[in-house]
Amino acid sequence: MFSTNAISDMAIDLAGSSHLDYSPTVQVIAIPCSSGINPTWITHAVEAGFDGVFVAADGGECAYIPDCTARTGRLVEQAQSLLTKSGSDARRVKMGALCSVCSDAFVNHMKQFGRELEELRATAAAA
Amino acid sequence: MTEEPPRRIGVMICQCGGNISDYVDTEKVRAEVAKQGDVVATRVEMFACSDSAQESMVQMIREKKLDGVVVCSCSPKLHLSTFRAMTQRGGLNPYEYTQVNIREQCSWAHTHDKPAATEKALRLVRAGVAKTALSTPLERMRVETIPQVLVIGAGIAGLRAALALSDLGISVHLIEKAPEPGGHVARWGRVFPNDKDGRGLIDTLVREVRARENIVLYLGTELTEMSGRIGSFRVKVRTPTAETISLNVGSIVVATGFETYAPKPGELGFGLEGVVTLPELKELLATNPSRLEYHGKAVRSIAYVYCVGSREEGSETNLRTYCSRYCCSATSHIATVITGMDPGIRQFHLFRDIRTYGKYEAIYERALRGGSVFLRFGEEAPPSVTSENGQLVVKVKDRLMAGEEVELRPDLVVLVTGMVPREDGEVARVLKIPIGKDGFFHEIHVKLRPVETVVDGVFIAGAAQGPKNLAESVTSSMAAVSKAAALLLKGYVDLDPMVAEVNPDLCAWCDACTLACPYGAVEKVDHGGTAVARINGILCKGEGACVPVCPKQAVSVKGYTNDQVRSMIDALVQEVA
Repeated sequence: MFSTNAISDMAIDLAGSSHLDYSPTVQVIAIPCSSGINPTWITHAVEAGFDGVFVAADGGECAYIPDCTARTGRLVEQAQSLLTKSGSDARRVKMGALCSVCSDAFVNHMKQFGRELEELRATAAAA
Repeated sequence: MTEEPPRRIGVMICQCGGNISDYVDTEKVRAEVAKQGDVVATRVEMFACSDSAQESMVQMIREKKLDGVVVCSCSPKLHLSTFRAMTQRGGLNPYEYTQVNIREQCSWAHTHDKPAATEKALRLVRAGVAKTALSTPLERMRVETIPQVLVIGAGIAGLRAALALSDLGISVHLIEKAPEPGGHVARWGRVFPNDKDGRGLIDTLVREVRARENIVLYLGTELTEMSGRIGSFRVKVRTPTAETISLNVGSIVVATGFETYAPKPGELGFGLEGVVTLPELKELLATNPSRLEYHGKAVRSIAYVYCVGSREEGSETNLRTYCSRYCCSATSHIATVITGMDPGIRQFHLFRDIRTYGKYEAIYERALRGGSVFLRFGEEAPPSVTSENGQLVVKVKDRLMAGEEVELRPDLVVLVTGMVPREDGEVARVLKIPIGKDGFFHEIHVKLRPVETVVDGVFIAGAAQGPKNLAESVTSSMAAVSKAAALLLKGYVDLDPMVAEVNPDLCAWCDACTLACPYGAVEKVDHGGTAVARINGILCKGEGACVPVCPKQAVSVKGYTNDQVRSMIDALVQEVA
């Protein structure tokens, strides 16, 4: 999971401070802004063995760029098409907006994404 | 890469007095990470941030000749700068330091599963080591600051800020959107806690502001553009004659204040003849301080309804769950003013809770002694305000009388309206400063970084940050002044060196980064006969918008290079024995 130093990483900190429960398999790399993610980092994470990559964008809160969400959306799409080309399921990458105090939203995203990845695994195993 | 000599990294793992070690086996993490290549020294501390632990670490840096440091403790939001400074004291470049968050993002999050938390902590530490192994020394860029401040809003907070900055020898451009300075306070008549006249207070400040050579007051003027960065912002303002003025300032203080909650038609009788809001009553008293009249008729009795537009039940669309702080004291104070004018005027206060906190309790006490009657209602049963043949009728279920309904027939009903954020989002849009959940400007941290915003050099003063009374507004305004002055009087600012850079050997100048950069930081330069991009580190904010758009993977942000992020990913998935 990629978070942003100033905004979404604060929400993840807050989730911990509030002892909200989520899977310990969730591991976070914090970066300055989600618009600065190189799509190849995402594909690298999937190839390296992560089940999924979640990009926690800032929504409207980004202090750097007003259209940060649109830019992040484009690079996530790029990563998805790279994954599709290499035979992976594009749904293993997901993007969501987390404000600096959105700790509940973060935990819900993790639970939901965890379930989706579980289903993907089950379908892949059955096929 | 493999030919590079191994690094000498030291790792300190914090137990945080049990906050970490109760859920993470810190000794196991230490033993495992000690096996990593590049790691030459490890230690576990009860409190890594303590002076003694930092001192031991400084010694370890010297004795083991470390060239990189990793501390695994709390969130970098708390102690990144602490440990960067420690690393520097050990003789290393502060950017050879990496903070790993194993508290907020590990021990506190996974309290039910110690083995899993320990495994995750180890992975996170390994990623921190991997990042540090590829770190390079970075130098902060020192740039001069312009000793001028733009203050936005000439209400009480903005006027006081302008004068205090001027006292310190800093020039001020004070812009006010309205045609007159003074904001709400100018219209309010006598105000608590000192019972001074608001108009008089403002007139004194404005006279002083106009007398200062280093303050320029622009009325009817709005902010339209902002660029640049801390220490040197370029702003554009539009005057009433539609003229655009460009200013160069080192810092910006936002003192745009609040708006009064406007009740919905019909809310507690709003719209009926004789139903007014708290500021309307204040203005009524300010215009005629000797006699209380409303629409030509003498007022002999008043019913105040408290908490209108404050402390509401929150929902997706209604965020006015907060207390507006000033209204209980302001209304108690008004009651004493009215009693002083004519003790025969009867006053009934319909309240939920009285919050005349601190010294303002004395004002409430005075109101009580002056004969004001306080009736408490429950949130679930608000009073009703209706009109019968032109006579206002207020019904309230008094809690002290076990919910007995009391009927009042006052001449005037005053809705004690709270503070709401300004709806005009132009200042927030131009300055790119975030707005909190309640709609007011968001300060970074209420205790650690008050009045600061995420945009370095832009500070918030007064009620623009949230409901405040007059004294509190001025206090926060002084806080913003001291932050701005501390920045500008030094004469320079050291900018974060984590900015983007281009590998000129990979760049083929396609313009993609120029188009992606919102700050105009990309320059076209010559590199051995070919055109390549170069980043101006002073303009670059380091967000990395240029990174994903480069078809040659030639751009990266220092501290977040492709190699660093990939090696962190690899470390995170590495097998845990």
